[in-house]
Amino acid sequence: MPARPASIEQLLASKEVVISCGSGGVGKTTTAASLAAMAAVRHGGKVLVLTVDPAKRLANALGLEGFGNTEKQVPSEAFAAAGVKPRGQLFAAMLDTKESWDALVARHAPDRRTAQAILDNKLYDNISSRFVQSHEYIAMERLYELHCEGEYDLIVVDTPPTRNALDFLEAPQRMAEFFSSRFLRLLTAPYRSRIVSFASKPFYTVADRILGTEFLEDVAEFFGLFQTMAPGFVERADAVTRLLHDKRTTFLVVSTLEAAPLHEAEFFIDVLQDKKFHLGAVVLNKVLPSYLLDEGAAAAAAVMEKQAGELAAKLGPDIGDAALVRRVLVEIAESFLRFQVVAQREAEQRSELAVAPDVVATVPYFEVDIFDLAGLLRLGERIWS
Amino acid sequence: MKDLLDRKLVFVTGKGGVGKSTVAAGLALLAAERGKRTLVCEVDAKGNLSAFFETGPTKFQPGEVERNLYAMSMDTEESLKEYLSINLRLPVMARIGPLARIFEFVATAAPGVKEILTVGKLTYEVREENYDLVVVDASPTGHIVGQLAAPEAINELVKVGLVRSQTGWMLDILSDPERTGLVIVATPEEMPVSETIDLSHRVEQETSVKLAAIVVNRVLPELFGRGEEEVFDRLAEPDAVAALSGAVGGSVAPIVEAARLAVTLRRTRAGHLERLRHEIDRSIPLLYVPYLFTRSHGLRTTRQVAEALAAELGY
Repeated sequence: MPARPASIEQLLASKEVVISCGSGGVGKTTTAASLAAMAAVRHGGKVLVLTVDPAKRLANALGLEGFGNTEKQVPSEAFAAAGVKPRGQLFAAMLDTKESWDALVARHAPDRRTAQAILDNKLYDNISSRFVQSHEYIAMERLYELHCEGEYDLIVVDTPPTRNALDFLEAPQRMAEFFSSRFLRLLTAPYRSRIVSFASKPFYTVADRILGTEFLEDVAEFFGLFQTMAPGFVERADAVTRLLHDKRTTFLVVSTLEAAPLHEAEFFIDVLQDKKFHLGAVVLNKVLPSYLLDEGAAAAAAVMEKQAGELAAKLGPDIGDAALVRRVLVEIAESFLRFQVVAQREAEQRSELAVAPDVVATVPYFEVDIFDLAGLLRLGERIWS
Repeated sequence: MKDLLDRKLVFVTGKGGVGKSTVAAGLALLAAERGKRTLVCEVDAKGNLSAFFETGPTKFQPGEVERNLYAMSMDTEESLKEYLSINLRLPVMARIGPLARIFEFVATAAPGVKEILTVGKLTYEVREENYDLVVVDASPTGHIVGQLAAPEAINELVKVGLVRSQTGWMLDILSDPERTGLVIVATPEEMPVSETIDLSHRVEQETSVKLAAIVVNRVLPELFGRGEEEVFDRLAEPDAVAALSGAVGGSVAPIVEAARLAVTLRRTRAGHLERLRHEIDRSIPLLYVPYLFTRSHGLRTTRQVAEALAAELGY
């Protein structure tokens, strides 16, 4: 058995697909982008970061004016400006749900007329943006497509902000289940045969009163058309599920050390392990610096607070007016102690992270925003090894 | 401008991780403490809300968590059952179960149905005057527009039927700024501020709900007053740090580092706050909640948030 990777550097060298997940606001997208950039610089080859986050700032950071469904190469000037010469190439793409859905319909519809009828249906617009976690499904489907094309050595994908971080894992399966569902048959039956079966009669009586016949017929017509795509969709959804389980695929769980995101990360780790997905690493973002935990400094801060007046006098007038110096000493001592409380809480949360995956990377709180490739690489550097 | 808590229905949204639920819980607690019979409803059933009141898990049936304060979590299937039993007066309750399951299926597939069951239940509580105030821990920024615009979406798709006729009173409640308002929670960081600005435009254009306030959460205190920063800069010089360490009897380097971090964080954040103030309509109040340097989250922090909001609202 090969040795398990001990760092993200090794992990990324041995995988083809890396999926970055976690709850909202923990820095998933930035982590994905910075790791893709690092891989392009250090490992070489063609690396793609596929994001679902339409952040303009990220596009700017990558030296792109914007990017869409088609992949765009990050210009060499951006790397030059960051002072590095990458061994490989970096590409970026953003998931466009609507465009991807249209492409899916075109692929899976039995003929062009049916495809057009689906695209023209007034429910389609709404459905392509909301229906059965369509965003999550499309993200995984697009990943599959890009992986199949074989253009890239490594694809790092950032997952959509979901109500439930697991939705995208189950999305392909749910899509397949949807097509074989008894309810779908029930719903499309009147459209096909105009005969309402005994079983569905109470449903229609009630539904008619509440939603109106016309709407139900619209729904039935739409799903009737939609059902023609079932074989293609089901087959594809199964293939997507297989890719997620493939040994070339790994998951990164990103979190901060705050209670709620960490709680979700733990839950997520459990499910990944339970369902036998490959958990590659945990990235803990925005962690307060470790010097805040320094016990000697806490004692020093207590002394500073208590003896601020005498200390100010000892430091002398070169530093400033004694009263002013005294106040500053008290303020910075208090500030240190306040931050220490939070740092201690974080350290506790960290140790409570019960399941210990092989790789845990801790990334410090960056005081300044990341606005260019150099910033992404600086962050990536901290996660890398 | 109408007082935020004098409205009947307040939706609280925000980007993930900014403390949306904390603020919703704080607002609800404040209202209850001020004597209003208050319902707080968690829309995405993650079960986090109960932690803010340190109670057991919330259910669809509201339970009293504090005096005057009731908490519930939204469950569209339960909401549908309730809807069917109120509207159809079905003689046998047992028949509702299977029906609800089929509806649930239609709801996952047909647009707007799930959202209307959520918004419908909340506006129903307002219409029936069951509470003085309903505070909604609503969907995050990415999903909130779809939720608030559900009645319009249904109106567009459904031309006749019971639901259609009911979107009328829902819209009456939602579009009345005296009764309904949206609160966006942000932290003074780049992405939350950008999302807040974008969302304020989208809400204006795509929904009938009016933005009532923006809560800026986790605002760091200004560390230094007038003239103090220059003193700190001199104090942070290596010689001074060494001298001070000697006088204290231990290294003060981490303390100086931590102060520098606090100053830098505050400064970058001030820039984002300025952008927020500049881009958001002047008439929208910005309420500031300080960064809480606390050990844990629970009822005590919820109270601190409620107190901070009370001060900002001028109570």
